[in-house]
Amino acid sequence: MNILIKQGRVIDPANNIDKVQDVYIADGKIISIDKKPSSFKADETIDAKNHIVMPGIVDLCVRLREPGLEYKGTIASETAAAAAGGITTVCVPPDTEPCIDTTAVVELINQRAAAAGKCHVVTQAALTLGLRGDHLSEMAILKQQAKSVGVSNGLNPVKNILVMRRAMEYAASCGMRIFLHPEDVGLANNGCAHEGAISTRLGLPAIPESAETAAVSRDLMLIEQTGVQAHFSHISSANALQMIVLAKQQGLPVTVDTSIHHLHLIDLDIGFFDSNCHVIPPLRSQRDKDGLIHGLKQNAIDVLCSDHQPHCPDAKLAPFSATEPGISGLETLLPLSLRLVNNKTIDMQTMVSKLTYEPAKILGLDAGTLSPNSAADICIFNPNTDWTVNADSFVSAGHNTPFTDWELQGKVTHTLLDGRIVYQSNH
Amino acid sequence: MKQTDIQFDQNGQLRHFLTIDGLKRSVLTEILDTAENFATVGTQQVKKVPLLRGKTIINLFFEASTRTRTTFELAAKRLSADVLNINIDTSSTSKGESLLDMLRNLEAMHCDMFVVRHNLSGAAHFIAQHVSPHISVINAGDGQHAHPTQAMLDMFTIRRHKKDFTKLRVAIIGDIMHSRVARSQIHALNTLGVPEIRAIAPNTLIPPGTDELGIHVYHDMEEGLKDVDVVMMLRLQRERMSGALLPSEHEYFNTYGITSEKLKLAKPDAILMHPGPINRGVEIESAVADGPQSVILEQVTNGIAVRMAIMSMTLGRQTSTKVEN
Repeated sequence: MNILIKQGRVIDPANNIDKVQDVYIADGKIISIDKKPSSFKADETIDAKNHIVMPGIVDLCVRLREPGLEYKGTIASETAAAAAGGITTVCVPPDTEPCIDTTAVVELINQRAAAAGKCHVVTQAALTLGLRGDHLSEMAILKQQAKSVGVSNGLNPVKNILVMRRAMEYAASCGMRIFLHPEDVGLANNGCAHEGAISTRLGLPAIPESAETAAVSRDLMLIEQTGVQAHFSHISSANALQMIVLAKQQGLPVTVDTSIHHLHLIDLDIGFFDSNCHVIPPLRSQRDKDGLIHGLKQNAIDVLCSDHQPHCPDAKLAPFSATEPGISGLETLLPLSLRLVNNKTIDMQTMVSKLTYEPAKILGLDAGTLSPNSAADICIFNPNTDWTVNADSFVSAGHNTPFTDWELQGKVTHTLLDGRIVYQSNH
Repeated sequence: MKQTDIQFDQNGQLRHFLTIDGLKRSVLTEILDTAENFATVGTQQVKKVPLLRGKTIINLFFEASTRTRTTFELAAKRLSADVLNINIDTSSTSKGESLLDMLRNLEAMHCDMFVVRHNLSGAAHFIAQHVSPHISVINAGDGQHAHPTQAMLDMFTIRRHKKDFTKLRVAIIGDIMHSRVARSQIHALNTLGVPEIRAIAPNTLIPPGTDELGIHVYHDMEEGLKDVDVVMMLRLQRERMSGALLPSEHEYFNTYGITSEKLKLAKPDAILMHPGPINRGVEIESAVADGPQSVILEQVTNGIAVRMAIMSMTLGRQTSTKVEN
């Protein structure tokens, strides 16, 4: 099928494009931008006037909940939500149930994702067997046979630092990037809120900033020693980001992302025990948020991601510390990123780059661009649509969002996956 | 503040009593004044007033308690309410029934008030957010967050001895980090205008962000107790000896335990308080606990009047006078 996307503002940072023009799609690929190919006849034309046309979003950290926790979400429900959010590739951490330490689990995910047909799904392999932190997984096999885009121990700790060193060495020799959740489990001490005046006032078990900085510091030493390519996931504290910036300056092969909610919320937003604000790593102080925003301005943060964790209502209906952490974030990732453009933190090209090309690069994927002959994974959105967040209208099975009633700008109107329209808004 | 609104009904009257954080001085003073009126009920021949006749109160205790539960029960009975005690051992309850399910079941029995104690911070708020509109919730201690009725009975006891809060120097000694009592005491003392609140403890028992709580931290009893009017001891849980918070009970008593010698550093007319149960020889010397400056048993007695006041204000709203805001 041939599709013409007409007169949208096309933004493709990888090719340094930001211009109102047409996009021509045939056989699932982008065949031309601006210039009409000879003998092109559109089967469908999308009028993108006053809209932005960008590569489909590549989300670095998305839990689909399947296999294992289907009552919270399924591959079908969550990839549909991704499509509604303009996301065309999601990267799944290995902490499914069973976890991704065998190719069988990847095969299952791939089959169901293909059957749903809403979004590309790539997977990270478990760093250690069963994510138990003591025995290496068959990561080379997972890379070769299951196309794992990296290794990770999910949110599970690798307590024994020797195991971490060996795992990094082995991953380096497999040419695999390691994705790190930097949290020292001892210092975190089963906490659920940032250690500070708010955790003290609410009497909540606290996670100090040092739980993150100590882990980052330990991991940086090992990255330097082992030479492994490493990515720090969802950095939440200003000091940890600063340490990573310094390491980058020294030439260490590290990248870093921040989940979008850490750029909009702080510990104070917990109010009187709002369990939708229960996330790991915790929402930190105003100073930390300011530091992350500053880092984003300085281009210190490579990627913005949703850290999507859908839950059933019960998971959030309990006293704060007994609730499960996480935010259903696929459908607010783009508008919350756009908010950073609208308040002049970053420009539009930077935003698009950190949602598309940069994460694709980290995953080693040929995605996140509108280059001719690349797959037509495209997000079209109206940057001026005002809407109020209402979790009940989420496509995701998880309605757990702390952004309810926020007035946001920007709504996805079309999402194309391999040249197919997989999402189209009603209005 | 939107968040504290939950404690008040649409007429601005106190519906729930969950935390002192955010309440105005006038509300606290009204509780103390009302409690003063109830203080004599227990000494009368007929220890009962008919204020809450026909009301059903459920004491919902997810954590062991003797003093608090008993005084709540007595307070309810002296107000002529019907009381049901439910003790739930959270360690043995299967995860099958959620807190919310249990709540719905109890609501179906047509009760009017839940008095809740729970081991998790925010449990009382959670319950208050989810109960039917006619039900009031009183927090009888939630995790490390708040124990507002304890703080109010402490304020009542202080006022009976010291009259003017705005001239007092108060020291709170012990495990402030893990203490819901201390948090509520600090809010109450600040709200009632106490100009100097001291916290005396080692750093491992002092929570972060003390500046924003409005307290001054001391690590030395000699310095911290100097010229104080009120000495408030906290109970030290034995499990604090594990987890590298403290070396030993012996060292703790030596450094932070209150003895007759140390009490002499405070003002001669200083009163000594403790929320109970006391650990003799851990945080308090027997001679002091039973000595002339101790008001520990008075606190227990006052607990009944203060809890009667709070129950009658929240449950008897339509008949009580409007709270001044």
